[in-house]
Amino acid sequence: MAERLFFFLCALVAISTAVGMVASRNPVRSALLLVANFFCLAMLYFTLSAQFVGIIQIIVYAGAIMVLFLFVIMLLNLGSPEAQLQERELRRPLAWLLAIGLFLVLVSQVFLVVNAQPQPHGAAGTARMIGSAMFTQWSFPLLIVAVLLTVGVIGSILLARRRSA
Amino acid sequence: MTAVPASAYLTLAAFLFAIGAAGVLIKRNPIVIFMCIELMLNAVNLTFLTFALHQPNLQAQVAGHVFVLFVIGVAAAEVAVGLGIIVVIFRLRETIDVDSVSLLRE
Repeated sequence: MAERLFFFLCALVAISTAVGMVASRNPVRSALLLVANFFCLAMLYFTLSAQFVGIIQIIVYAGAIMVLFLFVIMLLNLGSPEAQLQERELRRPLAWLLAIGLFLVLVSQVFLVVNAQPQPHGAAGTARMIGSAMFTQWSFPLLIVAVLLTVGVIGSILLARRRSA
Repeated sequence: MTAVPASAYLTLAAFLFAIGAAGVLIKRNPIVIFMCIELMLNAVNLTFLTFALHQPNLQAQVAGHVFVLFVIGVAAAEVAVGLGIIVVIFRLRETIDVDSVSLLRE
């Protein structure tokens, strides 16, 4: 019962922060609501016995990536009220209609597919299991992700450099 | 261990994904569009972890967790390059409104 209550609370906060992020016109407010959303999702990851991924979610997403977002918002001075972009009001109903359709399609699949029972091993979410799997079974995909991150870093440095020379 | 059915998690993930898709269509600020894409990626991560808990053997469960970490890594690379592009566009055109940045169409 307590688990259901906890899930319900986290889901409620996650849904309301997600809707608030899309509805808000201030990008700073959107970013902070998204941080709250990531925290709620991390709590849900904990309930799915994924401790390591939950911690990584908080450190990497809420800690690093969202700070990068806030940094760029401040750098471009988009937080001030006169810099707010106008929303495209006309396309709004169509976009929401598309989103509702997408949601209904996904949920129909959810109730067709799932009748499985959870099979918690407990050890699956630990850093030891994930690390040993990542460096043995998944070492080649790990290398590809490493190359991708290196290329991303070099590319963003090249993009940010002023071409004065 | 978990008394909450998997369909509840998956419905929540579907809702978050739909909200993110709506945000990508509605917003004109590319930074907020990126945030909506992050929200969609997180919804997918939630489904990965839900299905990982329902796998019978341990190796498949760990594979789901590893895949979530890969998604987080790719999202980090995407954000770094995307925000770099946004800064360059702002430097060139003094605006980042996605409707006014139509250089390839003209």
